[in-house]
Amino acid sequence: MSELTKGEFMASYRDMVKIRRVEETLMDVFSAGEIPGFIHVCIGQEATPVAVCKNLKESDCIATTHRGHGHALAKGIDLKLFMAELFGKKNGPCLGRSGSMHLAYKALGIMGANGIVGGGIPIATGAAFASKYKKNTDVIVCFFGEGSAGEGTFHESLNMASLWKLPIVYVCENNGWAEFTSQSVHMPIKDVADRAASYNMPGVVVPNDFLEIYAAAGDAVERARRGEGPTLLEVKSRRWHGHFVGDAQKYRAADDIEGARAQDCIARFENYLFSNNLLRPDEAAALDREIRDSVSQAIEFARNSPFPDPSELTEGLYA
Amino acid sequence: MKEIRYLWAINEAIREEMERDGNVLLIGEDVGGPGGSFGASRGLAERFGPERVVDTPISEAGIMGLAAGAAVCGLRPILEIMFMDFMTVCMDGIVNQAAKLRYMFGNQYTVPLVIRTPAGGGLNAGPQHSQCLEAWFAHVPGLKVVMPATPYDVKGLLKSAIRDDNPVIVVENKALHAMKGNIPEEEYLVPIGKADIKRSGSDVTVVATSRMVHESAKAADRLEKEGISVELLDLRSISPWDRDTVFTSVAKTHRLVIAHEAVKSFGTGAEVAATVSEEMIHELDAPILRVGAPFVPVPFSLEKAYLPNSEDVYKAVKKVLERIL
Ligand SMILES: Cc1ncc(C[n+]2csc(CCOP(=O)(O)OP(=O)(O)O)c2C)c(N)n1
Repeated sequence: MSELTKGEFMASYRDMVKIRRVEETLMDVFSAGEIPGFIHVCIGQEATPVAVCKNLKESDCIATTHRGHGHALAKGIDLKLFMAELFGKKNGPCLGRSGSMHLAYKALGIMGANGIVGGGIPIATGAAFASKYKKNTDVIVCFFGEGSAGEGTFHESLNMASLWKLPIVYVCENNGWAEFTSQSVHMPIKDVADRAASYNMPGVVVPNDFLEIYAAAGDAVERARRGEGPTLLEVKSRRWHGHFVGDAQKYRAADDIEGARAQDCIARFENYLFSNNLLRPDEAAALDREIRDSVSQAIEFARNSPFPDPSELTEGLYA
Repeated sequence: MKEIRYLWAINEAIREEMERDGNVLLIGEDVGGPGGSFGASRGLAERFGPERVVDTPISEAGIMGLAAGAAVCGLRPILEIMFMDFMTVCMDGIVNQAAKLRYMFGNQYTVPLVIRTPAGGGLNAGPQHSQCLEAWFAHVPGLKVVMPATPYDVKGLLKSAIRDDNPVIVVENKALHAMKGNIPEEEYLVPIGKADIKRSGSDVTVVATSRMVHESAKAADRLEKEGISVELLDLRSISPWDRDTVFTSVAKTHRLVIAHEAVKSFGTGAEVAATVSEEMIHELDAPILRVGAPFVPVPFSLEKAYLPNSEDVYKAVKKVLERIL
């Protein structure tokens, strides 16, 4: 793992705040009916995408889930392109066909959010297989929630990846909830990382803390790049909001929500930066203003972009 | 009679069958405490407890096989697969196991298993949450597939499915979940394999399934004003399907349009059209036309343009009346 420079600390902080502002704004525009379908926001979990992706180079790939906005943003997707796709517009990278739940951007190795729980895990594993086959040292990061660890694809993929020493890092963001079901109802263990042992790979548990995630992900990425195989990295993160925007969370106790909010990964990182003179409050405020502006601009851009034309409906099915 | 929503009719059917038979149980993701992703099992966990309303891990392949295994040992599981798209995750359990166990093992076992699953578009949920895959399952010997289009039919068909000794897939359409309709206060069943004549007519037969029944009814209203008389059949069951009712209608109108939301190619419409051609081509005055979705995945933002609707049925009927064989 490389030491972060002051500039990198700032950039990481900016990315985390950016993800939160994007998600907050999306909640508003979605609730106002501007975006159809479902969206799942990652507020409370911003540290993981940023801390993990800070260890990646542009040609490294990620595969993610329905809760994938943060990962795409952390991997560097342009905010306007991102918004255009979420609004279903023609100039989105997926031509308005994917929306939030299947967003992909090949140019930056963003291999897709996924509407199928566990669907992305073997896809990411296949990308790692291809990387090894082509000897190009690219590392793949596969993001998923603890709920996905109930799918056979999780177990089958980890077994193959370890067996063949594939260059992949499995990042499980354990936010304690799979839709409306809490972890103890669907899983007899506390740490998903325990499962790494059965596939003979390192299993690492870290709290929802930027620095710890950054360090652990760095080790895992380096191990993968050295050809030593996969790691299962579990982050104990928290979901602040409902499963999807609009979920009234009747199944969830108020103190669970308060507890999640009390563990704010952004506030924690901010405190660290302030107390180590890596960021000043006035700089943070300026960054926030800048971010809010760019988010509004991206929303305007998406609003004003054209929808695909119905005549294009059947275009491009086959290569 | 009482008015009820489609979703609540599902709930009533499950509740009544669980009251009636202690071996009936509900299995699925979020079906317990939360009452199901769409709310179909609300209150059932409170009534029957976690032994009979079982919240599972997100393990479709596992729970499908598990349900089949429990079924051959005397339980009567109702499995909820949250979106029909996720049925693809458990194809082995359905196609190679549940569908085959009885025949392959020389009729020693029965597999009284129900899979309830919401299908279709309308929510802009995109390519992996909007598909209508009923034809896949109708193509597999050993499975039964029903597609109720009304609250009355979903309750009656779901109850019949639960009592059936074979694996039955009950395909709901998400767009119908909120629909209201009348059902009797007292118990009733709707038999699997029987179509419903929604309106009788003389110029053209429209055979429709699920949401397209309602789109076709709209088209028929419009056509009626133009003096065109449509006989509308709701197929209700895809496998087995009610050939007699379709044949009788076609023998009367001599023209046939088939409408479904699934992709047109290789769909239910193809099966019905081929069978009618094989059995009674001499009765037809015009080529059979099909209405269905285009041959692409369901796109996120162009969903409206993608989904077949009453306008498509209207046009197909006009066309079938113009063309002659
Ligand atoms: C194969 C499949 N089964 C079920 C679902 C419905 N579903 C969507 S998200 C979700 C919960 C996922 O929980 P987790 O993996 O922990 O991710 P989180 O939502 O917490 O980010 C479920 C059950 C799905 N999309 N795909």
